[in-house]
Amino acid sequence: MLGQIFVLLCLSSAWAQQLCMPEASDGYKVRLSINTALGDQAYVWNENEMFLFRATLAFAMRSYSGGQDYNVSNIVVCAETPRVSFWFVVTAPLNSSRLIDRSDVEEAVRKSRNRINSAFLLTDRSLEFIGIPPILTAPVTPDTPQWLIVFGVVMGAVGAGIVVLLVTSVVEKKRKKNKKSGDEDIEEEPREKTEGNGFARDGVYNMSFSDDDPVTQM
Amino acid sequence: MGKTKDSGVEERPKWDNKVQYLLTCIGFAVGLGNVWRFPYLCQIYGGGAFLIPYLIALVFAGLPLLYLELAIGQRLRMGSIGVWTSISPLLGGVGIASMLVSFLVGIFYNTILAWVLWYFFHSFQNPLPWSQCPLNDNLTGYNVECVKSTPSNYFWYRETLNVTPDIETSGSLHWWLVICLASAWFVVYVCFIKGIASIGKAVYVTATFPYLVLTVFLIRGLTLPGATDGLLYLFTPDWEILKNPQVWLDAFTQIFFSLSLAFGGLIAFSSYNPERNNCERDAILVGVINSATSIYASISIFSILGFKATTAFNSCVKENILALTNHFEFSDQNITADKYDHWVEYLNRTSPGELASVDLRHCDLQTFLDQSASGTGLAFIVFTEAVVEMPGSQIWAILFFVMLFTLGLSSMFGTIEGILRPIKDLKLMPEWMPNELRTAVICSIAFLTALIFTMGSGNYWVEVFNSYAGSVPLLIIAFFEIIGVIYGRGMKTFSEDIYFMTGKRPNIFWKACWMVISPVMLLVVLVAYVGIQAQTHPSYHAWNPAYELFPKTEMKPYPDWVFAIIVLLCVLPLISIPLVALYQLVRSRIKRSSALVVLNPYCNDGFEVEPQEQKNQRA
Repeated sequence: MLGQIFVLLCLSSAWAQQLCMPEASDGYKVRLSINTALGDQAYVWNENEMFLFRATLAFAMRSYSGGQDYNVSNIVVCAETPRVSFWFVVTAPLNSSRLIDRSDVEEAVRKSRNRINSAFLLTDRSLEFIGIPPILTAPVTPDTPQWLIVFGVVMGAVGAGIVVLLVTSVVEKKRKKNKKSGDEDIEEEPREKTEGNGFARDGVYNMSFSDDDPVTQM
Repeated sequence: MGKTKDSGVEERPKWDNKVQYLLTCIGFAVGLGNVWRFPYLCQIYGGGAFLIPYLIALVFAGLPLLYLELAIGQRLRMGSIGVWTSISPLLGGVGIASMLVSFLVGIFYNTILAWVLWYFFHSFQNPLPWSQCPLNDNLTGYNVECVKSTPSNYFWYRETLNVTPDIETSGSLHWWLVICLASAWFVVYVCFIKGIASIGKAVYVTATFPYLVLTVFLIRGLTLPGATDGLLYLFTPDWEILKNPQVWLDAFTQIFFSLSLAFGGLIAFSSYNPERNNCERDAILVGVINSATSIYASISIFSILGFKATTAFNSCVKENILALTNHFEFSDQNITADKYDHWVEYLNRTSPGELASVDLRHCDLQTFLDQSASGTGLAFIVFTEAVVEMPGSQIWAILFFVMLFTLGLSSMFGTIEGILRPIKDLKLMPEWMPNELRTAVICSIAFLTALIFTMGSGNYWVEVFNSYAGSVPLLIIAFFEIIGVIYGRGMKTFSEDIYFMTGKRPNIFWKACWMVISPVMLLVVLVAYVGIQAQTHPSYHAWNPAYELFPKTEMKPYPDWVFAIIVLLCVLPLISIPLVALYQLVRSRIKRSSALVVLNPYCNDGFEVEPQEQKNQRA
């Protein structure tokens, strides 16, 4: 009995290995760049990490398929390299000889990509699924483009400057005009006074009644 | 300041102090060309070796012409129209030519400032908009045009200019460029409102701020990796280059255009000086500071460009390492950048076939350093790429564009003065208009004319104006200036003028330059320049995404109608010189002939009217 179970297990794992191979039509290649991403904090890739990967991928399949019982054994991995890169295929939960379609696996991975990345402290660039492009984050565009705000501020300052300068120059001109007319008024009055005196002075001096000799000379 | 008393006749404006005058002249001379043309010339003409023709041109042509303009303006105390008319009525056209050239240059120069403003407004975004490609329409990938070129190329050609594939397709007016252009003209207006009263205050900022920023960039640039590579590359002299006449031509034209001669602005500025002012010292100061600024700017720029080249080289090597790691399935980070060459050698020995199948880019630091650019390409594409790589890129971008704006603005002051002063002197506008209104009208006319540059083909038109309106006419005007002063007014009178102003006569060096060396150099350069331009049919670089070698720009020849416009741009300012001379000749001939033919009914032949006395009376 035990022997039979053992043989079955061996056969199934061998069968599973058959399903998974590089360039499998329903498989994906995964490539991790742990050292590049984490530097000093990098962890060593070993069996435990691989188990975690298979578990997260099973989780992804479960959440995509709406609760179907995917297990760690349904994720078959092969062709591991020191890079770290490997191929995986996903078998159906009930029939381990049937592979899940490539497109379904892709959708599942896409949906839970963020969770898979964070399980390994990696990003879309350091945990690559070759053939599944990362979700492109569109740059955030606020409703009012930011540059218009800066433009508004600068133009407001310049416009205020123009208005202030124009107003001060107009005010100055008015003040000068008033001062000038005020100066003219002040100047005219003394002129009148001198003119008044001048009339007296402008009179002809009659020399015949001049007292040039008060004492007649002997 | 300015008007001392508000009498019926407007008093001539005056500078508040000498510093304002010097800063204005320096600001006028130091412009965008010092930052983005001189470093490029230094780079392509063998670095340190280029300084030799450059300094020779400065000493024998630049300084004498500068001294001449400042002296004649200060002595005759009139703008460019008045100065030339008083030297000889036949030369009145020179002033008009200066005014027209100032107008043509002013409109495209302010368009460049509008572009700088656009980039400045966008420098407040995080991340900078020219650092990444936008997504395409169905959000599946990045925009194709952007991916093929670079994000900064895309931002410049598509999002800023939205450029058409060639100059014949005009496209439509781009509203965002129109409002940036309007803001640029508003800023110019606010600085010019009170004439040199407001400019004199503005130059304290606009003329000094660029030096501050250049110093900050220099310090930052020198601390970046790869800066020394850039500087070595820039200044390594290649003495062979001196045999190439093109180098001498470019050195001369660079000095000439850099000093902003023949615009009429310098004459106007120096005419506001007190009568006895040492203009010789001023000229030498302005000329030397202008060249020193060029060299200083190129050190800053090239340390940053050296950093950019090193960064590009490093990322090229990293790409190759990644390709190798992925192909050979090594552990990542096994191949490091410094061991890259060893690894390639090793792989070549062990598995050359495999190595050949990996698509490796050829990474050479020299190639990256060789990617030279000048003009708008340097500022808006190359430098913006460099700024993105620097930590704290927003600050550096903001500083850089404010520096460019102040550099250009202080040059605009001189250009606008070269337009406004002649208009005041010629009394083209009614007397009752206050100055502020006159300036506003000129700025509005210039803004409306400059709207051509905000269309899709605007960038190509700016190139046309830059290459043709601001080149040959200036050389010809300068030639007439120097001939007019030295041979029209006379070397003797001019020496007396200088003795009156500075207290000493010009020495033999100045005299030799003015009488022989500078005019000959001008003439030779003019002939060589026109000759070289005439040899090839003028063509331009077009940004055409449909071009098979895209992202390289496509060289297209100018169509015939554009060629006609080019000729018009060169000829239109200059046509006033012979026209005015002809007009004056005809007028004086009519006067002379009418003096003899006057029929006086009381003229008895017995009492012959003395024609000499009549001439004296009339004079």
